[in-house]
Amino acid sequence: MSSDPASATRRRILKAIAALTVGTSAVQIVRPTGATPAAMQAAIRTVVGENQINRGKVTLDIPPLVENGNTVACSVAVDSPMTAADYVRAIHIFNEKNPQPNVIGVHLGPRAGRARVSTRIRLADTQRVIAIAELSDGSFWSDSVDVVITLGACLEDS
Amino acid sequence: MARALVSVPARAGRGEIIAIKALISHHMETGFRHSTTGELIPRDIITSFVCRYNGEEIFRADLFPATAANPFISFYTRATESGTIVFEWTGDNDFSATEQAAISVE
Repeated sequence: MSSDPASATRRRILKAIAALTVGTSAVQIVRPTGATPAAMQAAIRTVVGENQINRGKVTLDIPPLVENGNTVACSVAVDSPMTAADYVRAIHIFNEKNPQPNVIGVHLGPRAGRARVSTRIRLADTQRVIAIAELSDGSFWSDSVDVVITLGACLEDS
Repeated sequence: MARALVSVPARAGRGEIIAIKALISHHMETGFRHSTTGELIPRDIITSFVCRYNGEEIFRADLFPATAANPFISFYTRATESGTIVFEWTGDNDFSATEQAAISVE
C-alpha cells in the first residue's frame, strides 16, 4: 500500500537526508518567525480588501484566561436576521502571535438561521484574537478579545 | 479511516433552526513543531470541512494549523425537508472522510 505510514516516514527521512546533503554549506533550521500584528493586518486585508471594518454586531466568545493554549473553546455570534436579504456570508478569525495569522474561516448562507459558530482553536501565546464577519451587503464587522495563555500551543511538544 | 462523530437532531419541525455538531479524530500536526532529532515535523492537517443538506452546501470551513487537534465545529441550519446531511473533511496527504446523518422533518 502506497499510503503506508511507515513507508511514508521512510520516504520523508530519505528526502530529508537528500536535502541535507544537497545544502551542505550550512544546516538551516527553519524557525517560524511568527505572525506579527502586521502579518495579521495583511491576512485581514486579503479577506477584507479595502473595505472598512466596523466594530459591533459580532460577539467573539473566548475565555480571557486560558490554561492550555492547545484547546481553546471559541465561539462567534453575529447579530443578523439571517434572511435572504440580510445575512452573514462569512466569519473569519485571526490572531497576532501564532506562527500563522489565520485561525479559521467559515462560510454561511441565509438558510443558516442563526449566525453562530463554535470551534476549538490553538493559541501559541498571550495575544489578541479578532473575529471578522462579512455581511451580505458587503460590510465587515469585528470584535476582538485579549486572551492570556499560560501554556502555549503549536511550538511546544505536547 | 478517521473516526467522526456528528450530532443532528433525528426529528425537527419544518423551518426550525437546528444545531449541528461535527467532531473528527485528527492530530492536526501544525508543521511548526520539531521532532526530538530536530527535524521539522511536516504539516498534516484537515484543510476543509463541508456540510451538505440533501446535496445543497449549507456550511463550509477553511481550517488552518491553529485549529485544535480533533477539530470540532458546531453551527446552525434551518430544517427544510427530510433527508440526509452529509459531512465531508479533506486535508493534507489526501486525507478524506465523510459521515452522514438522517433527519426527518414534519
